[in-house]
Amino acid sequence: MRAALLIAEKDLRQRLRDRSALLVAIVVPLVLASIFGLIFHNVTGGQVTFTYGLVNEDHGSAAEAFEQQVLAPMERRGLVEIRREPTVADGRHLVDQGKAAATFVLPAGMTAAFDAGRRTQLRVLGSADQTIGAQVADSIAQSYASRVDTIAIAARALHARPPAAFAAAAAPIALADVSTASRQLDAGTFYAAGMAVFFLFFTVQFGISSILDERRDGTLARMLAAPIRRSAVLAGKLMTSLVLGVISMTVLALATHFLLHAHWGNPLGVAILIGAGVLAATAVMALVATLARTPDQAGAWQSMVALVLGMLGGTFFPVSQAGGLLAKLSLATPQAWFLRGIGNLAGGAGAHVVLGPAAAILVFAALAGAAAFLRAGRLSAR
Amino acid sequence: MLACQNVHKRFGDLEAVRGVSFEIAEGETYGLLGPNGAGKTTTISIVCGLLEADAGEVVVAGRRMRTRSVGAKAAIGYVPQELAIYPDLSARENLRFFARLYGLSAKQANRRVDEVLAVVGLADRAREQTKNFSGGMQRRLNIGLGLLHRPRLLVLDEPTVGVDPQSRNAILESVEELGREGMAVLYTTHYMEEAERLCDRVGIIDLGVLKAEGTRAELVALVGEHDRVRLDGVGDLEAAAAAASTLPAVCAASVENGGVQLLVEGARNLLPELLQTVARVGVAVDAVEVDEPDLEAVFLHLTGKALRD
Repeated sequence: MRAALLIAEKDLRQRLRDRSALLVAIVVPLVLASIFGLIFHNVTGGQVTFTYGLVNEDHGSAAEAFEQQVLAPMERRGLVEIRREPTVADGRHLVDQGKAAATFVLPAGMTAAFDAGRRTQLRVLGSADQTIGAQVADSIAQSYASRVDTIAIAARALHARPPAAFAAAAAPIALADVSTASRQLDAGTFYAAGMAVFFLFFTVQFGISSILDERRDGTLARMLAAPIRRSAVLAGKLMTSLVLGVISMTVLALATHFLLHAHWGNPLGVAILIGAGVLAATAVMALVATLARTPDQAGAWQSMVALVLGMLGGTFFPVSQAGGLLAKLSLATPQAWFLRGIGNLAGGAGAHVVLGPAAAILVFAALAGAAAFLRAGRLSAR
Repeated sequence: MLACQNVHKRFGDLEAVRGVSFEIAEGETYGLLGPNGAGKTTTISIVCGLLEADAGEVVVAGRRMRTRSVGAKAAIGYVPQELAIYPDLSARENLRFFARLYGLSAKQANRRVDEVLAVVGLADRAREQTKNFSGGMQRRLNIGLGLLHRPRLLVLDEPTVGVDPQSRNAILESVEELGREGMAVLYTTHYMEEAERLCDRVGIIDLGVLKAEGTRAELVALVGEHDRVRLDGVGDLEAAAAAASTLPAVCAASVENGGVQLLVEGARNLLPELLQTVARVGVAVDAVEVDEPDLEAVFLHLTGKALRD
């Protein structure tokens, strides 16, 4: 153990002097996360605020319920901004001028129609130029209408007056999907986590692969001539990889949190995911290193593996949302499970929500680690 | 200190070492002399526990050497043929790392590092990264790394290959000094002059086989060669030849081409007595030429080829 610590200490000292390690571990992922976060801010679930017009010609309890129970909570969360207009013409003008993505029109007599069980219309005047905002407005309206229909049917069944139920109607639509299967991260967080875990696989190379450099440079023979166990050399190199990985991920998590306002979530959960991710990355890269004969070969193969796993794991694009075979394939990568774990934390959940993804990542670590262990003798052979 | 018994090592179809046996006593400098590819490096890799022998046994300081041996390795200081230092660490950091790896405490390591830096003449460049060192300085550090833990046996694998004459001489002087201090040394080289200068005994190895071993004189005697001495001078040269032939170390004496030609054993030791002998018969010697058979000649005799073939 003492020898392994000495080797790890020496390696870390070398890495600290190696600017390329600093670039790969910290600078490049931070820069790329910033760039991607800015580019894709409004595409992949970044915080979006849609501006809608609202024309209330009804002023009844149904209209009030829509305004207070549906739109107001969204407005408070910053998801929508409501501009109240006196007439339909004003509402349409707002949309035509591009100042709103859509205008909700609550027609006169809407409450009375609901009370009488007659059909009525909640109109949405959508912008042709802001299609996403218009579609969201349409969904809000449809969801509300559907909820009102349900309440009306239930009320009729109970011989009660439907308006009494309007006050209890909750906000019908959440703009962010909070189902466990596909949690949405804002762009800043997604790319912060994605780039961090993508470059983690490059960063840990500096530890385990340096054994091949030492073999080439003759220092491995010198170490093996010392009164230490061969396993100490491997253990030292693994320690270096683990420490580099943890430092890189921690610095990136903190830097993106403070500089890019990424929301990583519960610190314990993040720590669990980082620990599991670093183990998996080290194990995978160690396995690849055992297959190579030279440092150059190892570097090329490890880069290819890191790139393929990173792309497939959705570190650049949210592959899991593509569905189908690609989404299933992505689950064969530790990166995808890492991002899923971070996604699970996005809603403010506790650390327990990462246990599943962390376990999946550890399975990768165990499998790759076992295979690397079986071939480890090759690495420390002179 | 070191005993190699019938060591064999094969790499695929190539039998690199074939039954090599030799011993080194405490304080003895032993040279393993042979051309490139003779099996020198493989032999010392087995001696240092870097390779496992296919057969045979290596015992260092009373402990059997295997690749997983810890105790036996602690007795050896290994200086590989190629530079084995970290270019991005300073000389002090290189030394300190290996000192700690050899089990020295932090305090012991610091003290010993200072001593070794002084020995290899790098004390004033200790904090500089070794990538900035000249080749000779790197070589000296390479040797210093093998001395850190005061090994009982120092193994040097062709330490002067690719070294400028000045650094080479410094390295040879260092090895001579270590030998005088009582350290056992195993020195491989394909330079005959180095083996002759440094080694108490020499083993001649070729194609993985130790062809012969012994002191220089023993090896020379083994092939039946004598030193040749030529005396040029004024006087009765025939009388001089006859007088010289009465000395026990003189095997033959004759007058050829205006000078006295002698075949002798140990020319350098014999010269004072020889000159006195010919002076007594009235010959004034004005030139002496000594031609000693060297290890190159021995190697040629044993293997049928030159060392640098």
